[in-house]
Order: sequence, then C-alpha cells, then structure tokens
Amino acid sequence: MTAIAQTGTDPAGVTARRVRRLPIGAWTGTLPFVGYVGLFLLLPTGIILWNAFKNPAGTFTFSGISALGSSTVRSYFVGSFELAGISSAAGAVLGAILAYAVAAGPLDGIMRRLYLSGSGVLAQFGGVTLAFAFLATIGPTTGYLLHAGWYYSFPWGISLIYIYFQIPLMVLVFLPAIDGLKIQWREAAENLGGSTWRYWRHIGGPLLAPAFLGATLLLFANGLSAYATIVAWENQISYIVPQQISISMISEVGLLNFNQADVLALGMVILVAIVMTGYALLTRRAAKWLR
Amino acid sequence: MKFRQITVTGRGSRAALVMLSLLALAAAGCGSSSSSNSAGGTDWSTATSASSGGGLSKLIAAAKKEGTLNVIALPSNWANYGNIIKAFEAKYGIKINSIAPDDSSAQEITQIQQKNGTPLAADVLDVGLAVAYQYTSLFAPYEVSTWSDVPASQKQANGEWVEDYGGYMSVGYNSAKVGTITSLNQLLTAKFKNSVALNGNPTEANAALNGVMMASLALGGSAGSISTGVNFFSKLKKAGNFNPVQATPSTIKTGATPVVFNWDYLNTASVVGQSASTWKVFIPSNATLGGFYAQAINKSAPHPAAARLWEEFLFSQAADGGQNLWLHGGARPVEQTAMTSNGSIDKSAAAALPPVTGTPVFLTQSQATNAASFLAQNWAKAVS
Repeated sequence: MTAIAQTGTDPAGVTARRVRRLPIGAWTGTLPFVGYVGLFLLLPTGIILWNAFKNPAGTFTFSGISALGSSTVRSYFVGSFELAGISSAAGAVLGAILAYAVAAGPLDGIMRRLYLSGSGVLAQFGGVTLAFAFLATIGPTTGYLLHAGWYYSFPWGISLIYIYFQIPLMVLVFLPAIDGLKIQWREAAENLGGSTWRYWRHIGGPLLAPAFLGATLLLFANGLSAYATIVAWENQISYIVPQQISISMISEVGLLNFNQADVLALGMVILVAIVMTGYALLTRRAAKWLR
Repeated sequence: MKFRQITVTGRGSRAALVMLSLLALAAAGCGSSSSSNSAGGTDWSTATSASSGGGLSKLIAAAKKEGTLNVIALPSNWANYGNIIKAFEAKYGIKINSIAPDDSSAQEITQIQQKNGTPLAADVLDVGLAVAYQYTSLFAPYEVSTWSDVPASQKQANGEWVEDYGGYMSVGYNSAKVGTITSLNQLLTAKFKNSVALNGNPTEANAALNGVMMASLALGGSAGSISTGVNFFSKLKKAGNFNPVQATPSTIKTGATPVVFNWDYLNTASVVGQSASTWKVFIPSNATLGGFYAQAINKSAPHPAAARLWEEFLFSQAADGGQNLWLHGGARPVEQTAMTSNGSIDKSAAAALPPVTGTPVFLTQSQATNAASFLAQNWAKAVS
C-alpha cells in the first residue's frame, strides 16, 4: 500500500497506464499452468477418487475403500513403506556425504561438473535397465553370486538396488543446501574457539537439518512411486502397492478389478500428499537461512 | 495372453506399437469403408459360419479386400505364433498387425473395449478361459468349418469362443546344473538354491496359477484346493530356493533360473533356447494338469472377414494349417483326437510331444475361480 501511495503522486499518469492495459486480470498468466496441472494432476486424481467409491458394476459403495483395512492390502502399504523408508534413509545419508565431498571442490571444477551431470543421468536410471545392469554386473550372471539370494530379499535386497538411483537424486537436491553454508560462519565459529564438532552441532547441523529431512522425504516419495525396477526383479510376488495396482488391472485369472486399483491408487495419493506437504514445510524452513 | 514370454517391454516397444498403430490406421483408413458389404453383399460381421456367408471362397475374397488383420497378445515364441502369423500373411496376402505381444488376456479385453469403433481394435483374441467366460458377450458367435471336430466340452455352445490349443504344466530344467528331477520334493533340497521360478505372478498370470496348482496335485492336493501348492512354494521360499525374478530365455541362459514351471509348449528346449541334451522337461505322473486357451472374434472387429478367415486358418487341419502349426510349436491342438483318427495330424510332431501319463486334469471354471481367490488372499503372505 505504501508503495502505491508513494508512486501515486501523479494521478493522471496512473490513469494513463491503466488505460493501456488489456482488461484481463493478472491471474490469466497462470492459465497455462493451471490448465496443465488440472489436466494431468487434478483430473486423474478426481477420476481415481470418483471410481474408488464404486464397484465394478458402477454403483456407489464404500466396500472398495474398506478393503484398505484388510490385512492383505495393509501388507502392500507396509511393504511400500519399508522399501521407500530403507532406500531413502540409506540414499539420503550416503548421498549427503557424497554431496558434501563434491561441495568441497571448486564451484566450476571438473569433478563437480562430472558428478552433477552423472547424478542427473543416474537419478533417472531405473526400471528394467537398472535391474538388468545389476543382474549383469553384480547379480547371478557373473556367477559369483549365483547361489547367494540376498539380492532377491525384500525389503533389503531390493532397497540396495533402489539406492542406485536414490543416491544421485540426493546429490542433486542436497548440494544447493550445502553450497548455502557460508564459509564465514565456519570462520566465525573458529574465531570464537569452536571445534569442528561444535560447529556442526550448533551451526552446520541445525542449518542443514530441514534441507536434509526435506530431501529425505523427496527420496521417500521417489521410492514409493518407483515401479518398473521391482516388477522386473520380483516378478512372482507382490510386495508393494504399485505392483498390486498393476495386478488389479491386468490379472487374467479372474482377479481383474479396476475399482480396487483406484482404491489402492487413492491410498498412494494420500500418502504422497502427506509426504510432499512435509517436504514443502521443511524446505520453507530451510530456505529461511540458505539463500 | 500370457505373460512376458519376451522380455522387451517398456518405452521401446511402446513406441514401436504406436508406429504400428499409425500404420494400421493409415492402411485401414483406405479400405475399411467398403469392407462390410463386399463380395456379394455379405455382411461378414454377423456371419456365424463361412457357409452362412456364402462359402469359404467368398470369405477369402472379402478378407483379402479388407487386407489387414489386427491380432493381439501373440508372442512370436509362444506356441509357434511367429510362424503362424507369417504363414497366414503368405497364404492370403493379408497384412497382420501384431499388437502388444506381451499383454495379458485381461489387457486384450481392455484394448477392444477402448478401441472398438476405430480401425485399431483387435479383430481376434486368444484368451485364458477365465477371461473367455467373463467376457463372452463381447465376442461374435462363429463356427469354423471343423467345428464338429472340437470336443463339445471345449467350446461355447454358439461359438462365441472355442478352445484352440493347450498343453500340460511342466517343470523345465537344466539337467547339467541340477541333475535329473523325478519328484517335486527334490526341489526343496539345497542343490536348488535360488533356482526355481514360475512364469509370472499366480494372482495375475494363468500359467503361474497352474504352476502352483500342479504342485498342489503332485503333492496330494486336489483341483478343488490350491493350498497344498501354496504351502509347497512357501517351503520353497523358506528354503531359499524360490527365485522371484521374471524367468525368460535369457535368465535361463545365464543360469539365474535353471528350473521353470511353465506350459510344456513354452518349456521346450527350442523355445527356451537351450540344447535338448541338457534342457529336460518333467511332468509328475500324478499331476498331469492341462490348460487350454480360447479363440474369440471381437464382435466389433474392424476387419470382420479377415477375423473369420484367421479362425478358419487356425482351426484348419491341413498340413500348413493352424492346428498342425501349433503342434510344431509343441502345443496340443484342440482337434488332435479327430486329426489322429482321420490321419491329418503331423505324426512326427505329435510323437515329439512330452509323453503324458496318468489321467489329465482340467480345471473347471469354479475350480479356477476358487484357486484365484485363495491366491489373492494367501499368495503374497505365503512367499514373502
């Protein structure tokens, strides 16, 4: 308001500017974005919500939703949580260490550029390609691990494979936070007699904590939604929700139920919404300091 | 139909599919307008047999005029489908669009439900019986010329679907790695660490469900209850012998899955790409579990005459007809009994089939449904 009052010393000039402006509100600029989000996010979510409360015959029912409480369906959500939890925790810790190491180098150094572009590629590395790469390099194909079965075990073996794309993602999202740590803070701490431990305990740690937790949540959401890798690897057993959604949609033995798929998908939407809300809150807090 | 016999899925094949679909669109766009009323005014989309439409030669002429046939979910290494498609194309000069070879039976239904009314819908389907029973209303009744040679228990009375080929559930294995298998309980021993795989998830794929059911029968269970088989796989998992990776010719080649439960026609040495001297097939004598797939014509097929000609071809008993071609792929054609008595069967191919002892068991509709619902509740718990 004060800004307008100060610039509004020449009423005639203001009027003249208003006249030249097209008679549309500022919100029109957001139309493409709103349209995009509406078409590719809100509409599908709405369809899922709508269908989750129907049975295959098309009548309204709560029985689909109540299936979320059954022990079988719960086990898929537990499995999704375990896989996303383990792979995101391990990926976050290892990725953060790697990011810290990368940040120690010069900003335009060759190593940094190499790591960043490498991470950019590897963070998208998943699915059948990843499963195959693992199978071909570490897995049974080499013969060394032919009779070791740990890499098929759920959730630990699969988590190990997921870490292959979780670590690079962590490097990408966490590096800016580490870059935000000002060297002056470190110097100030040292000038006042603070040890390395005290610096991390009272300055670096608290500053990075929200960013770290936020990035971990992002990795968690990433682990929740990854699907193709586990499908190639665990073809005969369903452990996680996305696998079960797929079965509900393509079962040829009489267990086809699109509404059940919608119910499971709705459960996932709610989960991811909770996680991403946490992510948004944490990054907002982190952004306060790390500019 | 069938699950992932070929491993290549994902973006590459999707893109190819889109290209194929566009080609189909272009091809069909040229000729489809005249298709239904060609060759003497017969509307083939409602013809229930070749003779009711004016005879086989008229059917051939109408199909050639359509020029295209959309098939779906036919992997080229499944029951010799690769050669069957080539033989049909060569014989009639009709182009076949093979849509989504790795799709399941359920996805075939989804495809026609979504694409009906466009030239992209699949004309003919090859589906598991559970799907055939459930979606009979989407199929056009049609009796092929050899209709009477198909046993009555293996077809829908009006010909909405007809069982086409089948086989017996078997255990294929690399004898150079694991020795000779003579009983399923052997698979629980330490020698089979991480070795035993099914063809898919039994709550999803027909072949896998039958694999579990076969174990059930072999170990004293009955066709009415699959729990014995589920317990067996649970023990297999606890022993560390169950291998959950997607079994394919490549995992067999690398040695990751040296023991695979699958239909016998998918477990032959040539299909899995192994030498016949080391790749063996075992069918427990007390568990001869048979399973057939079924042919159906999409009621709204964009190429109704070509669809019917395809069925005539598949059920033909000629030396170069579908029945003998399936036999060459190790599958048992539905008209095998009739062909054996009338002498039209390829005797050397028939002799090469794995021998079957004991009384074959075929799951009834309710047995299959019960098994599926038991698996839905118990499979994941039992093996995880």
